[in-house]
Amino acid sequence: MHVVIIGNGITGATAALELRQLDADCRITMISGESKFHFSRPALMYIFMGHMSYQQTKPHPDSTWADNRIELLRDWITDIDTASKQLSLHKGGTLDYDRLLIATGARSNKFGWPGQDLQGVQGLYDLPDLKRLHDNVITAKQAVIVGGGLIGIELAEMLHSCGVPVTFLVRESSYWNNVLPEPESAMVSRLIRQAGFGLKLETGLKEIEDDGTGRVGAIITDKDERIECQLVGLTAGVSPNIQLVKETAIDTGRGILVDWSLRTNVADVFAAGDCAEIVTEGDGRNLLQQVWYTGKMQARIAARGLAGLEATYDPGIWYNSAKFLDLEYHTYGQVNLCIPAEQNLYWEHPDGLHSIRIVYLADRVIGINTMGVRFRHRLCEAWIAEQRPLEYVLEHLAEANFDPEFCRRFEAHAAAQFSKAVA
Amino acid sequence: MPLPADTLSYDFDEEGVGFGAPKTPAAAHGDGLSGAQKIALTMVGLGLLSLVAQVSGGFIAGSWLGLATSIGLLAVGAILAFWLQHRDSVAGIKHDGIFFSSLLARGSAAWIAGIGMTGLYVLLYWYPQYLGQPVVGGEPTGLIRVVDPLARLMTGYPASQWFLYGVLYTGAIFVFGVRMIMKYRHNRYQQIRTASVAFFQLVFAWFLPNLLVRFRQPYMEFNGVWPLKQNYLWPEKAAGQFLDAGAFGIFLLCFAVALVVATPVLTYFFGKRWYCSWVCGCGGLAETLGDPFRQLSSKSTRAWQIERWMIHSVLVIVLVVTASLWIDYKMTGNLYGSWSGPLRQWYGFFIGAVFSGVVGVGFYPLLGSRVWCRFGCPQAAILGLWQRFFSRFRITTNGGQCMSCGNCSTYCEMGIDVRAYAEKGENIVRSSCVGCGICAAVCPRGVLKLENGGTHADRYAGAATPITAFLDALEHRPKLVMPVAASGSQRDDPAVKRK
Repeated sequence: MHVVIIGNGITGATAALELRQLDADCRITMISGESKFHFSRPALMYIFMGHMSYQQTKPHPDSTWADNRIELLRDWITDIDTASKQLSLHKGGTLDYDRLLIATGARSNKFGWPGQDLQGVQGLYDLPDLKRLHDNVITAKQAVIVGGGLIGIELAEMLHSCGVPVTFLVRESSYWNNVLPEPESAMVSRLIRQAGFGLKLETGLKEIEDDGTGRVGAIITDKDERIECQLVGLTAGVSPNIQLVKETAIDTGRGILVDWSLRTNVADVFAAGDCAEIVTEGDGRNLLQQVWYTGKMQARIAARGLAGLEATYDPGIWYNSAKFLDLEYHTYGQVNLCIPAEQNLYWEHPDGLHSIRIVYLADRVIGINTMGVRFRHRLCEAWIAEQRPLEYVLEHLAEANFDPEFCRRFEAHAAAQFSKAVA
Repeated sequence: MPLPADTLSYDFDEEGVGFGAPKTPAAAHGDGLSGAQKIALTMVGLGLLSLVAQVSGGFIAGSWLGLATSIGLLAVGAILAFWLQHRDSVAGIKHDGIFFSSLLARGSAAWIAGIGMTGLYVLLYWYPQYLGQPVVGGEPTGLIRVVDPLARLMTGYPASQWFLYGVLYTGAIFVFGVRMIMKYRHNRYQQIRTASVAFFQLVFAWFLPNLLVRFRQPYMEFNGVWPLKQNYLWPEKAAGQFLDAGAFGIFLLCFAVALVVATPVLTYFFGKRWYCSWVCGCGGLAETLGDPFRQLSSKSTRAWQIERWMIHSVLVIVLVVTASLWIDYKMTGNLYGSWSGPLRQWYGFFIGAVFSGVVGVGFYPLLGSRVWCRFGCPQAAILGLWQRFFSRFRITTNGGQCMSCGNCSTYCEMGIDVRAYAEKGENIVRSSCVGCGICAAVCPRGVLKLENGGTHADRYAGAATPITAFLDALEHRPKLVMPVAASGSQRDDPAVKRK
């Protein structure tokens, strides 16, 4: 049996290695036009800033793939023929498959802004984007970043590290406040300004101006302000990269539609990771998960399907983490989702660099958010999964701390304040 | 629908060509040096100039003024420069540009620095006359003469090449220790640990030993343990010097033995780090002067293979040499060995001088800061065996938060591929880990934590006792126990577990 995996990101690479553990005999081919070997995309910024070399972003030694008999192919797929189970390759030729996993990831959103395809306008998602940034930064005296999410702040930090002044355009009233509750969002907004970035809130992009040579020369905001810039970063989220499958028999919505076993409507074709949209029964809101760990978890389920085994994806308790400049952020469960009857307890250190938030219902804790404090994933997850009441969590709060030894501990203080607030 | 043209045309050689430093317009680089920084760097420059003048021509060499305006000015200027460099930045990891730096990423500056440092060691060990070491009974000249007033104050003797070495070594730990404490001022583990190595170097390895010299007692560094300080338990020192020096000598011998006995106990509770990154002098230099070079350690499986063979071979050799010397001494009464004498000299030359000094420190800018500790130190080998099989210490990982960026592996000075464990949510129990804690500091997702609390079952899944863990390791001997390629362990995978 020949299994072909399109994409060598975290989903494709995890699926390939997992499949080899499940099936010692099948032939596995992993295709990517982006890079020869799997590397960690979250580390793009560290390559640019000189924290790491490209080679160090590869999680596995190069020999891993040959050792596991995973054939690597550096090419782009131009067409999928699901009837004859054949892929067309850009460099010429075709490749037959018995089972196929599509793990093509996502693309940076472009919302039809005039000038969005000019030279010097780019997202930050993959290696071609990093190469583009190296090219674009050469002439950049000023940069504008559109969209204030996790990638936006990474891009700002990267440009800042090589001395390019940055202005942020953020549609919301505060940085990333569709995800972060107000005080945490204000904390990050304050740090962004302290770092010397321009931050324009409640401001969108209207148009990108051509400097006359096909390159960006300025942008115009929706408040008709003109900002001269030679580089525009589009970081207003990402969408599933489904261009390849759009005119095939494989069903798509926002992403490639799959069931809970990550099977598409076409037999023997699977999709997982950023490109996959899981069809849910009931409320009709399909599941589109585009973070690192969900790509990894979906890959393991898809690998079971590719090996002919049954498996169902369980997204589990949501979690995530990030670093905004020098501020670390951990989140577990349901935070800032305005769940009916939810209540919040929030503690913030006077220095404005540490905070702990607990979201709870009458009988149980449903979410935890920390800034500048590391919490234990498995413990927070267990509290939420086991539906622990607030009193229990407050009593055990100190156990969740995962900061390095000798660091100042805030849990006892926060828990005492919380207990007083609810009493 | 075809893919866009710019996607299809992308065919960059990321492996061969790679990504260098971003090239930005000159105008973008605005930040220069502050006035205070210029003063600090001027002090460094003047100190160097004064040193050169004193080495070559006398000038005020050999006076307190000479010492203060050379090495003193150099050290104060450097401390001030490091302090100012970090004072005004937001506390956090500052690794911008390390891999674009000629000095820090094996460029030409690194070769110059490496050869310079290696050369200094060669002069110290074998050609001290070029540093101004006098013939017996004479007065020191050159570089050694610069530290002469301090030597006379401390020891009552004129300065020697080893006194100079002690001053430079301790000075380097202090200057770069200040840099380390400022660089990691958001991380108290790093600050306290750095203060600890500086304290043990100053008091245990420099002040007290020089006091011993002053009072005509056998020389001993109180943070030195056999077999790192191999001769502390060799007949020449143990039976010769210590037992010859009366009650105080017996105290020194007991102290040397006590450290050997305390090793497994302390390692059980705290891991190897209690010594390697908190107390040891070699570790002290590696964690301060060596910190800028920590990213140069090789993470390849090949390096790991060489490491395991080499460090355990040195351990066996030092055990054999020590046993031979004692047997020889008991048989012939010769403190320095009659038939075992060449072994003693061979070990002292190849392991003591060439490996730990010339290669171990001289090659910092080329091979990273822990070459000796990782590949050669027999004390590290002993501590490592205890840590691997019988200690509560391990690095725990935070569930599924790892996103495989690789900062931890990159900045591990011992060449451990930390990420390979972190991305699977596995504890890291490795004999080589010195517990410096930098992996936990550089992790952008809060995934790693050094902890002492583990029970044995918690450290090894499926191995209930140290013996079974040890037998497991022996069984896997032909093949390195590299973490399995699949990036998920079943036991820590919520998706699979709940299925």
